[in-house]
Amino acid sequence: MAENVLAIRENLVIGEKSLSNVTDDVLGIMERKPTGLWWFGLFLSVSALTLGIISIVYQIRTGIGTWGLNKTVGWAFDITNFVFWVGIGHAGTLISAILFLFRQKWRTSINRSAEAMTIFAVMCAGIFPIIHMGRPWLAYWVFPYPNFRGPLWINFRSPLAWDVFAIGTYFIISAVFWYIGMLPDLATVRDRTKNKIKKWIFTILSFGWNGSFRTWHRYETAYGLLAGLATPLVVSVHTIVSFDFATSSIPGWHTTTFPPYFVAGAVFSGFAMVLTLMIITRKTLRLEEYITKKHIENMTKVIILTGGIVTLSYATEFFIAWYSGNGYEQFVFLNRALGPFSWAYWIMISINLIVPQFFWFKKLRRNLVLVFILSIVINVGMWFERFVIIVTSLHRDYLPSSWAMYKPSLVEIGTLIGSFGLFFTLFLLFIRFMPIISIGEIKSILSFKGSYGGKK
Amino acid sequence: MKQYFIATFDNEFDLKEAVSAYREQNLKILDAFTPYAVHGLDKAMGLKPSRLTKVCFLFGLVGLIFALLGQYWTSAVSWPINIGGKPWNSLPAFMPVAFEVTILFAGLGTVFTLLIIARLRPGKVPKQFSTRVSDDHFLIVLSESKGILNEKLAESISREHNAVEWRLEGEVK
Repeated sequence: MAENVLAIRENLVIGEKSLSNVTDDVLGIMERKPTGLWWFGLFLSVSALTLGIISIVYQIRTGIGTWGLNKTVGWAFDITNFVFWVGIGHAGTLISAILFLFRQKWRTSINRSAEAMTIFAVMCAGIFPIIHMGRPWLAYWVFPYPNFRGPLWINFRSPLAWDVFAIGTYFIISAVFWYIGMLPDLATVRDRTKNKIKKWIFTILSFGWNGSFRTWHRYETAYGLLAGLATPLVVSVHTIVSFDFATSSIPGWHTTTFPPYFVAGAVFSGFAMVLTLMIITRKTLRLEEYITKKHIENMTKVIILTGGIVTLSYATEFFIAWYSGNGYEQFVFLNRALGPFSWAYWIMISINLIVPQFFWFKKLRRNLVLVFILSIVINVGMWFERFVIIVTSLHRDYLPSSWAMYKPSLVEIGTLIGSFGLFFTLFLLFIRFMPIISIGEIKSILSFKGSYGGKK
Repeated sequence: MKQYFIATFDNEFDLKEAVSAYREQNLKILDAFTPYAVHGLDKAMGLKPSRLTKVCFLFGLVGLIFALLGQYWTSAVSWPINIGGKPWNSLPAFMPVAFEVTILFAGLGTVFTLLIIARLRPGKVPKQFSTRVSDDHFLIVLSESKGILNEKLAESISREHNAVEWRLEGEVK
């Protein structure tokens, strides 16, 4: 029975690879000179990052009056970007932890880079609330530490304080999970390199890993435990992010469906970002044999599912606004669809509803150019979702005399571009200097059919 | 001088069968060295399930208690502040932070325990019988039991199970 299933299943790695082929293929990337495309990408990313640094220095020196906010719209671009980036991170944890618990072996080719993506995305997310504090040099005040101001403690009843703990824990656990997962591969680099400096660096980084099975045995247990911890963690993080809105009394925000809606949206946008990155990576680093079309296809299927949940959430919101009989709630939703920001609303609806429907067709799922373009389009759509939720709920509040519009200032746009610059700079450095595919895990799936790559 | 018998294999299947055979003949297996976590080798070597699960649970429990007491003490005892008329001890509102701190303690506690018991630390230069373990070699290291290492027997079992090579080695630093 099991053998029949194995016979039907597509191989997760193409080509009849031996164990040392895998080592060569993955570590070869770190040993070769980077391609022109990589340098071009790095140049673009560092340029964007530079623009971001200039914008951030300017707005911190001048104050957040440089933003387009006003009394009515007190949250806009920064929180949109914050929620966007945190959401991106979620796909990485989903791939590394949840798919691990479900024994989805196809995750092995992409989990390492997806986890790296999570860490970088959370770093990008962190920029925005820290600047929004106004005095970012006092950012450590968000932590409850004994101090000489009373001691005054933070307000643990505030969703913003919950956010600090959620994002902080998420960052630490993701980083630890990523690094611990990388230990055996760092040891492989150490054992393989002939370069003395590289050897010295990787001896430090690999913690003295020597492949002892007694250690492997404990390591596997710890890895499973971390996956088990990261799974509820990732769900809690976007739940708590949605609490920032859901616990307020603003119509359009005060919704009990927000946690599942946000988590599904996060996975939806995150998988789109993983697709964007993986399609670039497999092409530029020639990893087509490891990141196969099957991987791409599986990810697009997750997008159909989460896109469906997001669509359902849009419909539910609208229905509940009508059904609640609450005039304020009804106004907010009509204003979203027909008001001055209706263009943003319809971008969001048309993208997030329609794009996933393409992926019902196998032909389109395997058309990488199309998948690549659609993955970027989805992220545009999901960015607009957060913008719509935040800005349209605020800009026409209870008092018509204080209605206002919102337009991002150049500084805000520069910061957003800068966050993309930071994200891609870190990612490009990562794929150059670290083993981007989990060598140990790939080797373990080669033996899936009772032999390596089809041969014993 | 302590002696080790080191047999090298080039795949996990021969390795697992050899491990069972050594154990049947009462040869003492010090450790195996593999490029990846070989499925089922723990059973073949007779390793007990790791106790890290319990460690993880305990650390989580400590985190939960610490977070709940900490929030209660700061909000209701040390400096109570009236926030929207909410009770000093707003337990439901304390749950998100309690949850996060539980996860944080459990995760970090498990990892640090792993590093300590597996003696892994930054910069450690490991004991290695072969540097090809991290590439494509599978090693079994047999050690003396009660001062005896039956070299002949180990050799014949290794040959029978397609070992690539085997050797006898003194104490490795």
